[in-house]
Amino acid sequence: MSEPVVVFKNVGKSYPQYNHITGGLKNFIFHLPTALKTLRTARYESLRDLSFEVQSGECLGVIGRNGAGKSTTLGLIAGVLKQTLGDVIVKKRVFPLLELGAGFNHDLTGRENIYLNGILMGMTKAEVACKETEIIEFSELGEFINQPIRVYSSGMLARLGFSVVACLEPELLLIDEILAVGDMEFQKKCLDKMLAFKQKGVTMIFVSHSMEDVKRICDRALWIENHMLKQIGPVQDVVQAYAQSFHS
Amino acid sequence: MLAMRGRKQYGNRRYNLKPRLRYMLDLISILTHKDLKVRYKSSMLGYLWSIANPLAFAFVFYIAFKVIMKIQMEGYALFLIAGLFPWQWFANSVTVTPTVFLANASIIKKVNFSRNILPFTIVLQDMLHFILSIPVIVLFMFIYHKTPGWIWLVGIPVLLIIQFIMAYGIALAISSINLFFRDLERLTALGVTLLFYFTPIFYPETMIPVKYQQLINFNPLTPLIISWRNLFLHNQLDGMYLAISLGYGLVFLGIGFWIYRKLAWKFAEVL
Repeated sequence: MSEPVVVFKNVGKSYPQYNHITGGLKNFIFHLPTALKTLRTARYESLRDLSFEVQSGECLGVIGRNGAGKSTTLGLIAGVLKQTLGDVIVKKRVFPLLELGAGFNHDLTGRENIYLNGILMGMTKAEVACKETEIIEFSELGEFINQPIRVYSSGMLARLGFSVVACLEPELLLIDEILAVGDMEFQKKCLDKMLAFKQKGVTMIFVSHSMEDVKRICDRALWIENHMLKQIGPVQDVVQAYAQSFHS
Repeated sequence: MLAMRGRKQYGNRRYNLKPRLRYMLDLISILTHKDLKVRYKSSMLGYLWSIANPLAFAFVFYIAFKVIMKIQMEGYALFLIAGLFPWQWFANSVTVTPTVFLANASIIKKVNFSRNILPFTIVLQDMLHFILSIPVIVLFMFIYHKTPGWIWLVGIPVLLIIQFIMAYGIALAISSINLFFRDLERLTALGVTLLFYFTPIFYPETMIPVKYQQLINFNPLTPLIISWRNLFLHNQLDGMYLAISLGYGLVFLGIGFWIYRKLAWKFAEVL
């Protein structure tokens, strides 16, 4: 329990303002001096000096207002973003469950997407094949599993996404606001599964705006405010402080 | 200041080569499957398209240059096809390439995997289509009373590899840069069209005026297309053309990887 799995050391993340480049080559060349200057100076700071550790088997809730930097934090852990400053150390294979339909292709059927998603997350085809029936059963999608997922409702997408991750025995699970769209019954099923993961010692990092869910699942919570760490500690304390910040 | 320290990841991942290779193969096969499905909705029709397109072009050029302009050449139809089919592979890969990362934005933003696999599968797929279209070339050879030679067994794999690394290198560079300069897509389409006319595909390199002859090797595609055509038409492999195209291939591969390395970590930010 004591070995840290995720370590952030004074992590800062800032983005250059890309819009003038993506605006086109012509634009970039005609305004070369200004473009280069803004590229270097105009940066949007998304995270500043963030340090925390997540222990093995722990469940950390990440809370904060919209745009505070929660998703950037997850992106850094997932390895799709790279920090500008500091160190990010991740010691386990990451299973991201970020938003709806992440890593899915809309023209493929549900079944094909299970393979696509599983393999993208680092499983081999054989490993996914072993779990295929379990995943389909868990998702309760029935006939729809052979339909292209563009016909799915957002709730069904969430089911598929969660089922893939839930059945592939994750080591480190990142969950970003995924539960909000499923129906009550599936939400409960997901929460149960996450509690079961917790029992098994899976490390989880859970971003949510539902304080109820955070309190039920997480041991500790990390509150990010204005791109900086506001508070980290036992889930009750942090959630309470966060809730109070809205009333004052 | 702890500036830009490397990301220490997967500290306890104990991969040895074999499962890693197995995994890469799985990844390539699932992505290829996905692309086939997305591009053609079914792979059978996809095969037909990959033949129909160069055949249609061959037909147009035949009408234009043989029937109307009366080019003096025996077996012009076969000549056209022997150059157009490999060109089609190159052109298809390179024109699709700029958008490959954009089309897969939802995966790139969420999952950390080797993104260079995406252009790789594009080029691989077009290569498979090309290989599947070789029988059509053979069919035309029989019409013109020619037969494939044993040298094909060496020549085809060697040329496949050379063209693959060349196309992949270019694809990597273009797909990476296009994320930052989105209009590179249009430039690429324009460039491919120009390149087509500067490459001896519907005319033989011998028709190029003497004063421009020494320029032909400045076009990376020229030695490659000539090699393919000599192999198909005359069962010949020219060592010099092979060496030049291999050189181009390696240079493009190097440049492609260099650019990709420089830019890959920013992909998720700009998508």
